Amino acid sequence: MGSGSSVNVNYKYSLQKSENAFKAAVLIQRWYRRYVARLEMRRRCTWRIFQSIEYACEQDQIKLHNFFSYLMDNFTPSSSKERDFISRMFISGESFKEAELEKYCDYESLEVPDSYTGPHLSFPLLPDHATALLEAFKQKQQLHARYVLNLLHETRKHLKQLPNISHVSTCYSEEVTVCGDLHGQLDDLFLIFYKNGLPSPSKSYVFNGDFVDRGKQSLEILIILFTFLLIYPKEVHLNRGNHEDHMVNLRYGFTKEVMQKYKLHGKKILKMIQNVFCWLPLATLIDQKVLVIHGGVSNTTDLDMLEKIQRNKFISVLRAKKRKELNRNVEIKEINGESQAEPDSAGNETMSSLPSQPRPAQAPSMANRVEFSRWVRQTVQEQIEWCRKLVDISDSEEEELTCSSLVSLTDLDGPCWTRQEEWKQILDILWSDPMPQEGCRENTVRGGGCYFGPDVTGKILEKYNLQFLIRSHECKQDGYEFCHNRKVLTIFSASNYYEIGSNRGAYVKLGPDLVPHFVQYQANKTAHTLTMTQRISRVEESAFRALREKLFAHTSALISAFKVYDKDNTGRITLSNWATAVESVLRLGLPWRMLRPQLVRSTADGMLEYKSWLDDLAMEQRSQEHIQSSLLEVIYRNRSNLETIFRIIDRDHSGLISFEEFHQTWKLFSSHMNIELTDDGINDLVRSIDFNKDGNIDFNEFLEAFRLVKQSQ
Amino acid sequence: RQACSASGSAARKCDLKAKDGVVAEIEKKITEAFKVFDHEGNETVDVREIGSIVRSLGCFPTEAELHELLAKVEEEEPTGYVHLEKFLPVMTKVLLDRSYRPIPEDVLLHAFEALDENKSGYITKEELVKHMTEEGEPFTEEEMEEMLSSALDPETNAVHYRNYISLMVVDETDDLPQ
Repeated sequence: MGSGSSVNVNYKYSLQKSENAFKAAVLIQRWYRRYVARLEMRRRCTWRIFQSIEYACEQDQIKLHNFFSYLMDNFTPSSSKERDFISRMFISGESFKEAELEKYCDYESLEVPDSYTGPHLSFPLLPDHATALLEAFKQKQQLHARYVLNLLHETRKHLKQLPNISHVSTCYSEEVTVCGDLHGQLDDLFLIFYKNGLPSPSKSYVFNGDFVDRGKQSLEILIILFTFLLIYPKEVHLNRGNHEDHMVNLRYGFTKEVMQKYKLHGKKILKMIQNVFCWLPLATLIDQKVLVIHGGVSNTTDLDMLEKIQRNKFISVLRAKKRKELNRNVEIKEINGESQAEPDSAGNETMSSLPSQPRPAQAPSMANRVEFSRWVRQTVQEQIEWCRKLVDISDSEEEELTCSSLVSLTDLDGPCWTRQEEWKQILDILWSDPMPQEGCRENTVRGGGCYFGPDVTGKILEKYNLQFLIRSHECKQDGYEFCHNRKVLTIFSASNYYEIGSNRGAYVKLGPDLVPHFVQYQANKTAHTLTMTQRISRVEESAFRALREKLFAHTSALISAFKVYDKDNTGRITLSNWATAVESVLRLGLPWRMLRPQLVRSTADGMLEYKSWLDDLAMEQRSQEHIQSSLLEVIYRNRSNLETIFRIIDRDHSGLISFEEFHQTWKLFSSHMNIELTDDGINDLVRSIDFNKDGNIDFNEFLEAFRLVKQSQ
Repeated sequence: RQACSASGSAARKCDLKAKDGVVAEIEKKITEAFKVFDHEGNETVDVREIGSIVRSLGCFPTEAELHELLAKVEEEEPTGYVHLEKFLPVMTKVLLDRSYRPIPEDVLLHAFEALDENKSGYITKEELVKHMTEEGEPFTEEEMEEMLSSALDPETNAVHYRNYISLMVVDETDDLPQ
């Protein structure tokens, strides 16, 4: 009896225990799943931050356009020096005829010294050269300028024979591998070759553009791709991307990279590359069924026209059409400060009054893309009308200048365009993005190309009897993404694009059945050893740093917005009002309530102390206390535009501009921005940063000085 | 008497107004969280993301409770999508009722201790895997791997749960230090 009851007790006890264990397990699982969900939310918010800032940056091009228009309108050069200075912004560099180019970019006279330990190239190239190059770049060696130029010459010769649309067939080399944006991230290319194998007669590759900019090894990637292109011309195919464009390179880092690596011959190399990019094919067709283009399509995309265009005429897609002779003279006169004298009714010559530049109305929030697009289009349209009046375009030819064409102004010495429609064809192919909604509208955020809907995709596929499109151009968290009911595939090969751990890269393989197989990767050893939490935290930190910089750049506007809700000037505000105010100023369409905990402390009673918060933000900045805070804000807000302007002025790509040029640029810019800045103010600015070098200013250093310091751990 | 009831209704009005304010704020919060997962910008999310949304709003539902909630917000004919329209009122009630409350640190500690047979302060990898993948609302392989990657001490091949909890709890409060 005793034992019986003790068995019962034991049984009850163990039952209780397993019940407890069960309950405990449920609890732990419940808790853990909640933890993971919060991480997921943080990850998405971080992604949103990066994307919204990236797109906001692209809007800078619109601001730049406004600035140039402003110059045309308001600036009357008071001296020949000023005249020269201004005209430099409007006139491009010298353009070369074929023979001149060969002479300017001559490499044969370049001697390779005995002390050179890098790889040697001889032509025609052999597979051994490729492996030598790969090895050399892994060892961080640099290819001698002579070989670089030689390679570029040969590449150009080869590309010239290729049609605008390359054709690839899976029956020759069973599989085709398509790679997306690489953006100078050499480690990703190495990883792709490691996982997938080098190009060879049995291994075809298509590289879908954007080889350069942003990453630090754009030139090495070009060298490797061009080398393989020459060794295996039948198996390696390159498409042009929107970053294979020297106007874009000025802004996004490639120009800088080349000049830093090749101080003596960088300019030649850049000139040569310009003339190689324009010869890159525009698209690739796989088995006549899969169209591979960098950006996308539009409702006017015409493959027959694309095949016939003289693609090399479009060195940069970000340039306006050359005006006719008549208008050109008008422009030059304007630039040189000579007025357009018109006789009035009394026969006296009077100054023609320039139409005043229309001021754009307040922009709607970015969260509503449709509204935003509409606003931009309207603003741009106004600007265009005004520009037309200025230069008196009364042509027979219907010219439709778009925003991007006005970003960099008339190329007075440059090549002549053929038709406007041809330019649009290329622009659309290189710059468009898919959207979920039906239709086709101008991609005013990027400043070029379209947003195209599933109906546009459907029509193109039907018209040309295609199965699906492959494109790149947009960063995707998993390296690839389908849309339009699996008819459009985005493939992106630059992993960790925003920050270590931000996204995977991927490539896609197609066999004769044209069924896509994906391989994803992340090129960073650290990324692998980090836990999910650590990875997300890192990327998050980076995103928030960028966001804080943006907030700082709008300090004055934020204070005004907050004060509306804080009439008593207590320095405090509710969460709800804070979120509304911040969005009204920054217009990034971000989930501010979700982001709040990592941006600003809340007090015990749930209020936010905005005054001390903004002060803290300002303190993160390197000590530039002696510089007027509103000036600082302007510099932050316009840093990338300032950089672009500097680079345009810096014609020989030395990274230096004279103090006078800096002074002039600054004067112009500040008057455009309506900032009071005396000559003394500018001198103070220069002196305080202490980067004067022999009367020249290293503008890289200048720009570096205005980045928020990393918040210490 | 009259004065009392007058002030009473006034007080109730104030209460209602305050409550309106609270509800409005809750609705804004929910909408924000929802929109983070709304990829197409048309006020719908994939049904598989509802769990993340609900949890990131501060709730700790079990999987079973989540399914119950889903039943209330899904369409009659399951499309795989959930509309904000349907989600908002349901979620607002959840937050107002304070359903699916958080798990305090000490309760969590007791749970781990319940699995720690020898009361040694740690759970071996095998034990943890067994409990998490066979009992309760079992983990998937992926979930298990992910938990182990941050919880497991590679030297002892065990989870020292006190440590682990304090680490996680710090990560939890992503509020800036006071």
